[in-house]
Amino acid sequence: MAGPRSKPRFAGGGVLVLVGTMKGAFIISSDGSRKRWKVDGPHFPGESVYAVAYDERGGRSRTLVGTRSFHWGSTIRLSDDFGKTWTGPERQSVRFPEASGLSLVQVWQITPGLIDEPDVLWCGVEPAALFRSGDAGESWEAVDGLLSHPHRPQWMPGGGGLALHTIVIDPRDRRRMAIAISSGGFYRTDDGGQSWRPRNIGVRAVFLPNKQPEFGQCVHKVVHHAARPERLFLQNHWGLYRSDDWGDSWQDVANGVPSDFGFAMEMHPHDPETVYIVPLQSDAFRVVAEAKLRVFRTEDAGRSWKPLTRGLPQVNAFESVLRDGLTADTLDPAGLYFGTRSGKLFASSDQGESWKEIADALPPICCVKAAVVHAA
Amino acid sequence: MAISVVLPHALTPYSRGSGTVVVEEPCSTVADALNAVGSRWPAVSDRVLTEQGELRQHVNVFVGEESIRFMEGLATIVPDGAMITIVPAVSGG
Repeated sequence: MAGPRSKPRFAGGGVLVLVGTMKGAFIISSDGSRKRWKVDGPHFPGESVYAVAYDERGGRSRTLVGTRSFHWGSTIRLSDDFGKTWTGPERQSVRFPEASGLSLVQVWQITPGLIDEPDVLWCGVEPAALFRSGDAGESWEAVDGLLSHPHRPQWMPGGGGLALHTIVIDPRDRRRMAIAISSGGFYRTDDGGQSWRPRNIGVRAVFLPNKQPEFGQCVHKVVHHAARPERLFLQNHWGLYRSDDWGDSWQDVANGVPSDFGFAMEMHPHDPETVYIVPLQSDAFRVVAEAKLRVFRTEDAGRSWKPLTRGLPQVNAFESVLRDGLTADTLDPAGLYFGTRSGKLFASSDQGESWKEIADALPPICCVKAAVVHAA
Repeated sequence: MAISVVLPHALTPYSRGSGTVVVEEPCSTVADALNAVGSRWPAVSDRVLTEQGELRQHVNVFVGEESIRFMEGLATIVPDGAMITIVPAVSGG
């Protein structure tokens, strides 16, 4: 269990777990042993936080948090000292151009760009759009090729709103990246964001008359591994898929899971065959399948899945984990972390074999991101 | 005659601590008055209006004691010497 709330440790080799909740952000930290955790927060109390990121490129130690005030709007806040101080921005840094007729509702995702572009970051927002920063998150500009996409009028908001929540970057080709929208589907660009093509062949849309449309799927999450970027794993609104060709085609890999409905999905940091999910009962009853809090892991790219239960409640666990509520650190063995809508945060320091609750009364958890701090 | 725009406490960090902005410029509507505030304190404007210039959903603006939601919205006429009050709605996290 975490101790009293205090400032996190900054020592190199330590682990940061950034937690976004409905009522603020928390910075939870440990040294590399991952045995004792400190909870710092809430930052931005009362504001909901659906996007967090940590970026060490360019010699920075920058934490980025997407905040949404119920009254005063949304923006991205930055800290270069692990939350001790936050820099503005005074102005709303993520702004739709006036000609778009759109206004920012919420930041859903913040993703650092490639290693050799240390000042580039991407963010996905609601209403569905992609923004790029070329100055390490200080200012942002909408990616016009997606903003003006001809499919936009046909994208339909899911229960959480019309959100661009997932950003997948090709580490080998800076012209290629992909995004996912609920409900719009999966789109890929091969020309640096100028044009975007839907890549949803094989992905079901159970809520539409046409179950296999070109676009309009309610994709919940997509992950991939940098060592094999063309292989994607997709958690859909009903459906669990893998693509081996950057989304040109998708195959069902819901082999042995209790439900193929869910949100959370995370890649193993060192193994492109290993993926983690948290299946939910159904779209009408969004709690973990059979009221057992289980993380499922495949180690063979979806051919089979195994439940990971040690340390997790297996009776009357009416918990739910949102799309960004599951994350991994990059230590070896890898650490896994997930947060629930009931405010519980679980951690594993052995790649999911066993789990321990490290915080139990946070506000409802929207997102969790882990990082190993290399800079002291 | 000048118009006074009263800010909620939450927005005073963006007006150098000032809780009331006196608008001397000629204003005929609430939009004019808020734009005048925004030209002086753009960060205040960002929090009251969206980037499309619309009043945020959970922000209320009163002219005197009347909510502009039940008048003409941002096009509500502002009499000389009026007091405009910006108030966060009874909602939140």
